[in-house]
Amino acid sequence: MSVGNSLYLVAPEIILSASGLLLLLIGAWGGFKSARLVSILAVTALFASSAVALEFLLNPAFAEGGDAFFGQYRLDKFGSLTKLLIYISAIVSIIIAPRFFDNVAGGRSAVMRPEYPVLIVFAAIGMGMMVSAVDLMTLYIGLELNSLAAYVLASFLRNDERSAEAGLKYFVLGGLASGILLFGMSLLYGFTGTTNFNAINQAFESGLSTGALFGLIFVLAGMAFKISAVPFHMWTPDVYEGAPTPVTTFFATAPKVAALALTMRLAIEAFGSQIAAWQQIIIFIALASIVVGAAGAIGQTNIKRLLAYSSINNVGFILIGLAAANQAGASAMLVYLMIYVAMTLGSFVAVLDLRDADGNQVEEISSLAGLSKSRPGLAAAIAIFMFSLAGIPPLFGFWGKFLVFEAAVQADLILLAALGIAASVIGAFYYLKVIKVMYFDESADVVVKSDSKSHAVIIALCALFVSPLGYLLIPVLGNIADQAAAALFWAL
Amino acid sequence: MIGIEHYIVVSSILFVMGVLGIFLNRKNVIIILMAIELILLAVNINLVAFSAFLGDMVGQVFAMFVLTVAAGEAAIGLAILVIYFRGRGTIAVDDINRMKG
Repeated sequence: MSVGNSLYLVAPEIILSASGLLLLLIGAWGGFKSARLVSILAVTALFASSAVALEFLLNPAFAEGGDAFFGQYRLDKFGSLTKLLIYISAIVSIIIAPRFFDNVAGGRSAVMRPEYPVLIVFAAIGMGMMVSAVDLMTLYIGLELNSLAAYVLASFLRNDERSAEAGLKYFVLGGLASGILLFGMSLLYGFTGTTNFNAINQAFESGLSTGALFGLIFVLAGMAFKISAVPFHMWTPDVYEGAPTPVTTFFATAPKVAALALTMRLAIEAFGSQIAAWQQIIIFIALASIVVGAAGAIGQTNIKRLLAYSSINNVGFILIGLAAANQAGASAMLVYLMIYVAMTLGSFVAVLDLRDADGNQVEEISSLAGLSKSRPGLAAAIAIFMFSLAGIPPLFGFWGKFLVFEAAVQADLILLAALGIAASVIGAFYYLKVIKVMYFDESADVVVKSDSKSHAVIIALCALFVSPLGYLLIPVLGNIADQAAAALFWAL
Repeated sequence: MIGIEHYIVVSSILFVMGVLGIFLNRKNVIIILMAIELILLAVNINLVAFSAFLGDMVGQVFAMFVLTVAAGEAAIGLAILVIYFRGRGTIAVDDINRMKG
């Protein structure tokens, strides 16, 4: 394995690293004026990386993939598919940002800064490394590259107290999560003698020592923090509420995809020979996330907090696919992730489009009253996203839930599937509450018309994807997800 | 004779002290930053001890990476703390309550 070949396999990350550094220079040189140029170039770089990832995913010449840098990094369809989702989320988060930052009330910071797209690009590199890592060291570096950029992004509105507080909370709890994860990794290294996923798996085949079991549990706890699964979810609502809305859009999609993909790879490639050791933990985390996500959302009045609980709830459903610990489960998780990204992007961009007459963001759910009359199109789109997040049948969100439950039943986890379905009914309540406020409550006349074409296009595309028309894509998506899931299971 | 188990005990104690430092301290966010550093130090002791015990260099390389990232993390943490202090004029843990939760 030559270095040249390795560099070839990490092409998406190389493109992003080079352009990220270049854009940082342009931003430092040009100041605020260069924000537009830097954004456009960052989106172009992300598109280029997506094209390379798509090539790796679809071209049969790369069907086998390959290991780069002496088994530190693996190119396979699983990594390419999740990278594509990550880059799409990053592109959307950059496109929607200028309108938000240019209109924020609050002095000098009320302007789009060139650092924002640069930080998103750096976070995207980190996440690309996370989903391709097959060694604990690569995993850690990717995770930290993503997290360090994310801490800064959360506190991006420096003069806004809520944003600074969100950054501080995210930093403290993220730092703790990294510490727990690292402690687990050091124990795994000590008790298996290696940091490579496949080698750890081989070491586990001969039994699990107490120290390695501790390591496994610490690693899973650290990952649960990063995917905001219960019982490590307490930072999510505060960070989602306090962070600027484009940043929340980013947090709710790309890092979730990356951390969930990493959890899948760890659980299956590194701990695959000791499924019994982690299956119970994942089942508990999945059920607790579904129940807490559904129950916690009921009393919320802020739409961003509500969507935060909704993402906790959805992570629970996705983890049911991992609890099944088979190829059908992994494939179901990937399909669910694709649909989840579309639903979440759509709903956050719709929230971003809600402004009052002074141009301030509207975040209270009660202010949405009468939206069906003042903004019928937007109200219909939000209704579609809410029904889809709730998993109501004609919409595409139902298909993801159906697949994970099917996988759970196949793996004889019938009780888990039954409890999950029961809890999803509780979850439907608060989604329906939003729709009720929009369509049946006395009009509050807070939200005014928006003239943003880019928002309208993104919302329309996402709504189209989660509408019943999305079912036409099932053969394509299912096929790609099956191939990606098979790449994960090849070593077993 | 000091064996590998002694190192694990020391690093575990440091780790637990770090975690408790985050949850029990109600006074100052700077102490939380110190607690996070303590956790990372515990990890480094583990990695280096295991590396020497196994006769394998990977653990020491890993420890270098952890040190580097810890420095970056501390820098970002302090920067966020500074902008927080500028807005609120306090860094007491009990005052970080603009949002419920």
